[in-house]
Amino acid sequence: MIAEIGHYALVLALALALIQATLPMIGARIGDRALMAISEPVAVVQFLFVALSFAALTALYVTSDFSVANVFENSHSQKPLIYKISGVWGNHEGSMLLWALILAIFGAMVAIFGTNLPASLRANVLGVQSWIAAAFQLFILATSNPFARLAQAPFEGRDLNPILQDVGLAVHPPLLYLGYVGFSISFSFAVAALIEGRIDAAWARWVRPWTLAAWMFLTLGIAMGSYWAYYELGWGGWWFWDPVENASLMPWIAGTALLHSAVVMEKRNALKVWTILLAILAFSLSLLGTFLVRSGVLTSVHTFASDPSRGVFILAILVFFIGGSLALFAWRAPALKQGGLFAPISREGALVFNNLFLTTACATVLVGTLYPLALEGLTGDKISVGAPFFNATFGPLFLPLMIAMPFGPLLAWKRGDLLGAAQRLMAAFGIALIAMAATFAIAQGGPVLAPFLIGIAFFAMAGALTDLAERTLLFRQPLSVSLRRFVGLPRSTIGTAIAHFGIGICLLGVAAEANYGAERILAMKPGQTVSLRGYDLTFNDLLSRNGPNYRELLAQFTVKSDGETIGTLEPSKRTFPARNSATTEAALLTRGVSQLYLSLGDVGTDGSIAVRIYYKPLVLLIWLGPVIMVLGGGMSLSDRRLRVGAPGRAKKSALQPAE
Amino acid sequence: MTRKQRRLVLIGSGLIVLAIAALLVLTALRDSIVFFNSPTDVVEKKVTAGSRIRLGGLVQPGTLERKDIDAAFDVTDGKNVIRVTYRGILPDLFREGQGVVAEGTLIDVASFRADTVLAKHDENYMPKEVADALKKQGHWKDDYGKKPGAAAPQGASK
Repeated sequence: MIAEIGHYALVLALALALIQATLPMIGARIGDRALMAISEPVAVVQFLFVALSFAALTALYVTSDFSVANVFENSHSQKPLIYKISGVWGNHEGSMLLWALILAIFGAMVAIFGTNLPASLRANVLGVQSWIAAAFQLFILATSNPFARLAQAPFEGRDLNPILQDVGLAVHPPLLYLGYVGFSISFSFAVAALIEGRIDAAWARWVRPWTLAAWMFLTLGIAMGSYWAYYELGWGGWWFWDPVENASLMPWIAGTALLHSAVVMEKRNALKVWTILLAILAFSLSLLGTFLVRSGVLTSVHTFASDPSRGVFILAILVFFIGGSLALFAWRAPALKQGGLFAPISREGALVFNNLFLTTACATVLVGTLYPLALEGLTGDKISVGAPFFNATFGPLFLPLMIAMPFGPLLAWKRGDLLGAAQRLMAAFGIALIAMAATFAIAQGGPVLAPFLIGIAFFAMAGALTDLAERTLLFRQPLSVSLRRFVGLPRSTIGTAIAHFGIGICLLGVAAEANYGAERILAMKPGQTVSLRGYDLTFNDLLSRNGPNYRELLAQFTVKSDGETIGTLEPSKRTFPARNSATTEAALLTRGVSQLYLSLGDVGTDGSIAVRIYYKPLVLLIWLGPVIMVLGGGMSLSDRRLRVGAPGRAKKSALQPAE
Repeated sequence: MTRKQRRLVLIGSGLIVLAIAALLVLTALRDSIVFFNSPTDVVEKKVTAGSRIRLGGLVQPGTLERKDIDAAFDVTDGKNVIRVTYRGILPDLFREGQGVVAEGTLIDVASFRADTVLAKHDENYMPKEVADALKKQGHWKDDYGKKPGAAAPQGASK
């Protein structure tokens, strides 16, 4: 019964989405207020039906109703409750339903909190949003029905892929989708603006909070996914330039560019056409990511099932929305009025520089991701484009950006003073040089590029702080004056500094982890001790243990530093009988922001076990950086200027979308 | 500067960055891509010794030898066989008789030194490239592809 309710609710949601996609837009065209006003209640009710559908699927998972094919294939009655719930989106059908749910959430948020938008713009935005919602709901109903029943209900399910049985699955996909789908709002706003043929600074103020919120979720989602891969896959890497990772990175880069260009549009009424294009591109790349991941063109841990009809359907959605919006752009964009003038050296110029490098870097990632697919299609040659390609292309484009980043906020609008900015950055530059020299001295030679990268990281961090110090007249005025000025600073200025500081932190972690780590792979016997970077690891014992739905082989290690025991590590290998598969659970020991990483290989005939030990210096900074960036984004989001988008009621509640 | 000049500066710098990016991409594509080959491809395409490739096929049952963390095994596509040596930890789902993709250097036409070994995650899963290569050689068994559940090439990198 529950399955049928869920299915029926989704059908009703689709019907509502179709109404919302047509009537309000017609209303906006002919200026009929009553028709336009339909959009808000319909958006909310549509959300309620999708939510009901999602709740039904969750209920089926929690009660382990194996008469439903999807539950049978991906769940197990012995599975812990959290994995029963997260298992809802640990498969193709369920994850698409989650996607549809988040689309509906965002639609309802705009309907509820967008009361200060002009009626026709709101009707168009909700209309476009509903086109997307309808397409995905139709996709689920036509090709990926999660509620399909089995003729004969089995007694036990086939269990979830063990690698997905982790808290990571509970957090990573929802965050990532909130980001991906969040860009649909910027997209809808852009398309609505093109349909209306009118765009101004107020438009940018309405779009920015949504973009910022989506960007924050996507940042967290990517960072979370990276940390999950790091500890779950058991080989110590945190980013593999896997096509699926690239699929999430590309919308992030485009979204970052969009955030920056929207600032120019909001403050200076310039770069309007470009901002619209970026809003379209950011969501197009999200759609492309979904296509790559869900269609089975690529094989990866994210590809749940490859069914050609699904691939074709998603490709059709992709072509319709990307092609349609770009065609609309080509047709209507020339009609948009040009914005203000600015000199190349100015805040606007710096933001253009940012956009130029970000989009180019994004394009190189796109080439690296699609080239193997294109080549296979054209010549049949199979190739893999891996980390060396991206290090050689993305890296050189990203570094100038990092160097230029501290300059941007120090330049004035319209016409800036590069020399003045450079003078004010002298302290930051000094800190960077000291960091570089110190690294070089500590590492005693070593890789040449690494101290340079660390210098850039420090330059970015110190540069971000310089901006705040300059604005608060730190050290030039009494501390109380600086403090008062700091409190008076716009929140978005503080947010910018925090986010820029965060990316510096992240780069520091990346550079240290990549260049100064240590690694040992060896076979160890019980009682044996091995040392790595001053840590002595003793292999004590090997024992086996039963988990709720697996058996595990556990190795116990004691870690000593200078003769003192500082902790134990218990890496394990788990076998899951339901799927006859295995996972390796790495063990981590955190020392400050560095980590010792230990994972197991095979047990030898002589009782020894293969182990892989890593020392990863400053590795936690890689994920701490993005968290700081998100905090900066949150700070910026709380800026009251973003709330007072237009005359009318303060748009306070728009600040907490999708919570 | 006039509006026109400013726009020229903007477009010019855009083109320069794009040109640099294109140059980077082209060099990187020449130097850092890795071709996938089956053992038969290695023989037929006369892949030069010393080149870096991905080698895919089935692990020939009964050929796996291990000593400490050194492993050696035969990779076959039913027609040709290449001996692969690897030092490191093999992935969890590395099994004899099942699909594997190894990345490394070709020593000669019959031996290969791997620095990365990718295996499949799922019992029923076969790396896509391997499946295609096997189909080409007529050694595809239908049951490999029956239940393509959640699956991924899982790696062990040195």
